[in-house]
Amino acid sequence: MTANGATPLGATTPEEVAFAQDVPRGEPILEVRDLLKHFPLTKGVLFKKQVGAVKAVDGVSFDLMQGETLGIVGESGCGKSTLAKVLMNLEPATAGSVKYKGEEISRLSGAALKAVRRNIQMVFQDPYTSLNPRMTVGDIIGEPFEIHPEVAPKGDRRKAVQDLLDVVGLNPEYINRYPHQFSGGQRQRIGIARGLALKPEVIICDEPVSALDVSVQAQVINLLEKLQGEFNLSYMFIAHDLSIVRHISDRVGVMYLGRMVEIGSDLEIYEHATHPYTQALLSAVPVPDPAAREHRDRIVLTGDVPSPANPPSGCRFRTRCWKAQEKCAREDPALTVRDWLEGRARHDSACHFAGERDNLI
Amino acid sequence: MPERNEDIPDHNDPLRNIQPTDSDHLDYVGQQGLAVEQETLIEPDPVKREQARSLWGDAWRDLRKRPTFIISALLILLLIVIAIWPGLFTNADPRAANLTQDYLRKPDYTDFFGAGWFGYDGQGRSIYARVLYGARASITVGICVTLAVTVLGGLAGMVSGYFGGWTDSVISRIIDIFFGIPLLLGALVLLNAFSVRTVWSVVIALAFLGWTQLARVMRGSVITVKQSDYVVAGRALGAGTGRLMFRHILPNAVAPVIVVATIALGGYITAEATLSFLGIGLQDPTISWGVDISSAQKVIRQAPFALFFPAAALSVTVLAFIMLGDAVRDALDPKLR
Amino acid sequence: MTTAADQARTAREEPFTGPLLDVKDLHVEFKTREGVAKAVNGVNYTVSAGETLAVLGESGSGKSVTAQAIMGILDMPPASIPQGEILFRGRDMLKMSKDERRRIRGQKIAMIFQDALSSLNPVLPVGYQLGEMYRKHRGDNRKDAKAKAVELMDRVRIPAAKERVNDYPHQFSGGMRQRIMIAMALALEPDLIIADEPTTALDVTVQAQVMDLLAELQAEYHMGLILITHDLGVVADVADKIAVMYAGRIVETAPVHELYARPAHPYTRGLLDSIPRLDQKGQELFAIKGLPPNLLRIPPGCAFNPRCPRAQDVCRQKVPPLEQVTADDGTPLPGRRSACFFWKETLRDG
Repeated sequence: MTANGATPLGATTPEEVAFAQDVPRGEPILEVRDLLKHFPLTKGVLFKKQVGAVKAVDGVSFDLMQGETLGIVGESGCGKSTLAKVLMNLEPATAGSVKYKGEEISRLSGAALKAVRRNIQMVFQDPYTSLNPRMTVGDIIGEPFEIHPEVAPKGDRRKAVQDLLDVVGLNPEYINRYPHQFSGGQRQRIGIARGLALKPEVIICDEPVSALDVSVQAQVINLLEKLQGEFNLSYMFIAHDLSIVRHISDRVGVMYLGRMVEIGSDLEIYEHATHPYTQALLSAVPVPDPAAREHRDRIVLTGDVPSPANPPSGCRFRTRCWKAQEKCAREDPALTVRDWLEGRARHDSACHFAGERDNLI
Repeated sequence: MPERNEDIPDHNDPLRNIQPTDSDHLDYVGQQGLAVEQETLIEPDPVKREQARSLWGDAWRDLRKRPTFIISALLILLLIVIAIWPGLFTNADPRAANLTQDYLRKPDYTDFFGAGWFGYDGQGRSIYARVLYGARASITVGICVTLAVTVLGGLAGMVSGYFGGWTDSVISRIIDIFFGIPLLLGALVLLNAFSVRTVWSVVIALAFLGWTQLARVMRGSVITVKQSDYVVAGRALGAGTGRLMFRHILPNAVAPVIVVATIALGGYITAEATLSFLGIGLQDPTISWGVDISSAQKVIRQAPFALFFPAAALSVTVLAFIMLGDAVRDALDPKLR
Repeated sequence: MTTAADQARTAREEPFTGPLLDVKDLHVEFKTREGVAKAVNGVNYTVSAGETLAVLGESGSGKSVTAQAIMGILDMPPASIPQGEILFRGRDMLKMSKDERRRIRGQKIAMIFQDALSSLNPVLPVGYQLGEMYRKHRGDNRKDAKAKAVELMDRVRIPAAKERVNDYPHQFSGGMRQRIMIAMALALEPDLIIADEPTTALDVTVQAQVMDLLAELQAEYHMGLILITHDLGVVADVADKIAVMYAGRIVETAPVHELYARPAHPYTRGLLDSIPRLDQKGQELFAIKGLPPNLLRIPPGCAFNPRCPRAQDVCRQKVPPLEQVTADDGTPLPGRRSACFFWKETLRDG
């Protein structure tokens, strides 16, 4: 399986063996294969004609293991948020498969879909828009129980909501308040409580802290980590902040223009990145410590991300890549382990010329 | 891009951090306590906590302080009381044509609340009494048409905006067709079909032609709200269409509809008066300001007061509703100010 | 009697030796439904020509409001400036006439906003909008103005400037639009540029490009630059000195390197500590407890005291002044100030 977890084939030193054991070896809880999401571009008012498609997600495969956190990073337009929506069945997949515990869920509807929703929940990016302003906190967190009455009997619901508020660190007496009476960090806690209500196994976090103040971000990250241990949750953690993703993730996938370009354990990605795009991303991370920057190899990419409606042929990154050759325009590189790589560099990377580079961080 | 990208908090908005009002000093530590937040317990704010407030509650608090709202609301209240019990304000019979009185007798301004206060019209009827009794027709038409168009247009707009696609195309085209018909011309044709024209035939005609305005407002509003994260969150929880529509979308989409409807109410009253004036709305013996204005124009040289009082009543009523709509809009959306 | 315009002219001609911009004890308040929000509570800072000042703070810290007050683009009401001076080349801008203020705003002080797309007019070509600066302020004709627009676009390194000068804003990517905003700010060669979160809306790989460009142009034109941001990482490379704001006050100022190495205020310390680091993997992140204060009810004493690990009784009673920070032997550290009663301890333990 190319898109599987860490590939500790080159694990030779004791340290590396130990590291290989760190990676959760649980069962895959979510298996994603060749997932495609194209948004048709149409022309005409009455008789619509398709003139093309925005390839937001274009052939993505990966596994999410039980109890792990898989970080997904990438710039705007790389398709990471669309990926989340497709996994949540909020947008129908154009093609490909999503399996939850071996059961295909991407084509479900009606009662079967509703049942799956209990197990996969989502935390949204913007706590200012993701809570209905006309509902009280109690109604917001209690709504999952109204939709899925089997989870909590009617009489217990108020208690259940108060327990959830307690779990996320909010005063249970706030049950009758409205969202606008809370600050951003508190609202995000309400959103997390709503996500937890159905006791899901997977939570997809779409940029859960990027709308929050720096001093509050850490509190929410800590809460998410605490809850993961307490409820044995599997997280898919989508973010553009690489340092936060590194902190919370067991494994990290890097997306570019609808594709997964590199995936591996956090060490493999952050210390032994082999894809030029990952390297460029890492080198662009603003580091607050000016002293550490002195001997840092900064890669400044030229140009912008091409349009997902009209991606380059072959490797999609080639238009901005310093390694690009003729082959890159011709052949689409597979997400796989290259023979010539050793040690932790032996992980899935979609580059014909995959190789490490020093002093990125 | 069909994708929502890294939206960044709006650091340019100095008021953003002012929003949370009374809960932000207290970061609660649960019994299950988060290690980090063990130390976050800060003394609860000594300020007495007020009860939870909804956005409607906020709007109401805001409205109560607005002079425009107070004045218009009191006026409308008075108008409604007059419409229901006109007899409370006069003993005169508005239909009693007393031709033995001086034809077109001038108002006797000292005759407070008396039959002759505003003078007598061309048939010797008390103008004061007719102004009072005329309120019923105008207010009934205004309120009933508004209710009808809000329900009809709201429903159509809701369905159109929520389902989109073909449903939306069909409803939108129908709305376009109706929009092409001028209200008065359409009403003229429609009302001609009724052999006897009562208040209700005017209501039906105006509602039939007027629902499109509300439908458009509702449709736009629903489309905006439909895309918000909390609706997506509801879908992610597995909420059905009904719950999404009535629990999440409607309460958030209805505000602009209410505002437009309140302001439009004045317009329907004017439309009724105009139709009656043209002779295709209400007819004698129904008492209506429009009918009176119409009959007064024949004697305008001799008796301008016969025109003035019903016209003034009409203007004040319309103004009151427009002021109310303005105040409601300001209260519901402070950003529009 | 000299007119205001004469005064402005003399001010321009005489070589001015003091700082370019000197903000003194600035206060800004907002009237809201719930009461008066004190957004800025006595801010002091100076910027000289060729210098970059980074103003760091979270939302509600007053960093953007201060900038808007300097630019004179605050909506008044609801805002009001009850107290303070904003000296530009030694003259208080708050006392100037509207006309004079506007002249300075266009030509001497320029601003770059976070969201370039909404700052550009969507129905006009970018070349036209750039040229407008010359037509309006310099009276150039259409052709000259357009030529200068192309030159400007070249300067901010927009590829194929000549071909793209007639394109509309939406045809450019986010990074390119921000370059156009920079070009627009540069057009009249201002003395001071205020950049409010100029790279926050951009992707990481583009952020670096734009920041580098801004720093380079600033050096080239010898301008003063105020860089407003919430991101500790972004400013590290380009700023000379940093002012950290909290609840409408500056709590610490320092040269960049020293601030990161040895902060002298617990809030700065907390911000630096809450950035995830390598050796913290698997541990809990350090988090500043509590929430930023409500501007309607700023806590008495030091505004940070409810969240501060060092808070003592004195912190709840008195507002700490922004004091000179000294080394252990008592020699003052240049440019370092801290508004904490316990800056010595903070500095030592850091």
